[in-house]
Amino acid sequence: MENFTPGGALLGGALIGLSAAILMLYSGRIAGISGIVGGLVNIRRPGAEPGWRLAFLAGLIGGPALVNAIAGGIAPITLDASVGLMIGAGLLVGIGTRLGGGCTSGHGVCGMARLSPRSMTATVSFLATAMLIAYLVRHAAGG
Amino acid sequence: MIMIVVALISGLVFGVGLTISRMVDPAKVLGFLDIAGAWDPSLILVMAGAIVVAFPAFFWVQRRGHDIRARAVALPPRWPLDWRLVAGSVIFGAGWGLVGFCPGPALASLGLGSARSLIFIAAMLIGMAAVELANRQIAARSATRAVASEG
Repeated sequence: MENFTPGGALLGGALIGLSAAILMLYSGRIAGISGIVGGLVNIRRPGAEPGWRLAFLAGLIGGPALVNAIAGGIAPITLDASVGLMIGAGLLVGIGTRLGGGCTSGHGVCGMARLSPRSMTATVSFLATAMLIAYLVRHAAGG
Repeated sequence: MIMIVVALISGLVFGVGLTISRMVDPAKVLGFLDIAGAWDPSLILVMAGAIVVAFPAFFWVQRRGHDIRARAVALPPRWPLDWRLVAGSVIFGAGWGLVGFCPGPALASLGLGSARSLIFIAAMLIGMAAVELANRQIAARSATRAVASEG
């Protein structure tokens, strides 16, 4: 477990929880990224509310940039998947999160914090599938 | 206007959290998902930390049915389970396990200058639009059927 970073994980996790708490307490909205983005896909839908969604996404992208600007030395991410794999994975993530009504943040954090049986089922389903697929890709497929 | 500011602050804190926890990096996430490799349990602590901190806020709003500004809040149903929920989550999990990106980190990684993430994000948006389109067609078809049966 040489890669385990418990301190950063707990602090970062607490901030994600704080973000969800702020959005829920002050606007009654769920900090589920797939839901926030999905609401922008059809912007002409009545009640689409693009304003707050765009503001949230601006913060989501601005946050890491801000940390990097202030603290500096944030290592770039490692994204070594091929273009084809990224397209396939992106399509699956887009279809799956909208069909299932949420992702790691909406179901995994907010729904779990609400003790929602639907979100618990979703979280177990996507975690188990992702672990299986990651195993197959990295070991069984020889990659 | 308040809502825009609240959303911006919430998004910022979320992005900072993803950066500090390093969940913005697919390699870190794959280190968790791949239990047969050099396993890194960090993601569990990220989720646990987030759930514990968010819990009181959700408890408060769920109890009262409104937010701090006394505006009614309609939360998604907690029950029942259905095939869309499970099938969708399995499909999402497959994509997540392939690359190590879920929607939040993929977008947040743009803030660290990862232009390649745009390929994943573009595909994700197309996937989302496909579901939206299918939903609309199904809704239109069942509306037509309802009119036909009434007529």
